[in-house]
Amino acid sequence: MIDVLYFAWVRERIGLPKERVETDAATVADLVAELKSREARYEAAFADPAAIRVALDQELADFDAPLAGAREVAFFPPMTGG
Amino acid sequence: MSVVRVQSAPFDLGAETGAFAARAAGAGAVVTFTGLVRDDTGDLQAMEIEHYPGMTDRAIRAICDEAATRWSLAETLVIHRHGRLAPNELIMMVATAARHRADAFAAAEYLMDYLKSRAPFWKKEIGATGAAWVAARPEDEDALGRW
Repeated sequence: MIDVLYFAWVRERIGLPKERVETDAATVADLVAELKSREARYEAAFADPAAIRVALDQELADFDAPLAGAREVAFFPPMTGG
Repeated sequence: MSVVRVQSAPFDLGAETGAFAARAAGAGAVVTFTGLVRDDTGDLQAMEIEHYPGMTDRAIRAICDEAATRWSLAETLVIHRHGRLAPNELIMMVATAARHRADAFAAAEYLMDYLKSRAPFWKKEIGATGAAWVAARPEDEDALGRW
């Protein structure tokens, strides 16, 4: 089980800010593939992976990062702070 | 020492700058930068700033810690707001204090470049005719390359 968080337009496209996901995905990319196969709204949110950033346990990570041991994964567009 | 505050409430730029300078013992220079809600189109009603509560504070602290290893800094301050802001409201400020101004200027620029692209905030512009997320600009990502 892993907590999956969504922010900004990723959250809007998927329609929820957070969910708990039962998964055996080995990497972030595997989890994304699993989510995309679920429903059209996930497919829409993850249509362009280059437009999405990922954090594992609140640290920026890559899509090929392993999920083993992670409690929380977050998906969001490039940040626009400042 | 770094102070990081992520808050929805407004802040008083003058009071914050004064208090920051007062605690920057031994510093000879204070540089501040302030970001405002800019209305590019003339019909902006509000800017909504979303953030990632668990990650925001630690991401900003990591940026401040890195700045402290690169320059000789007496103090740093980052205040960043989230929530719904009106045009011309203050979004955020950074302040840096150092013995000499070169370190204070460079560190303030570094903090701003990294806050733009590595602190988990997202801005949405609410206009009279609709709302749109502010897209990250390639120049902002490129700016990190100069450090």
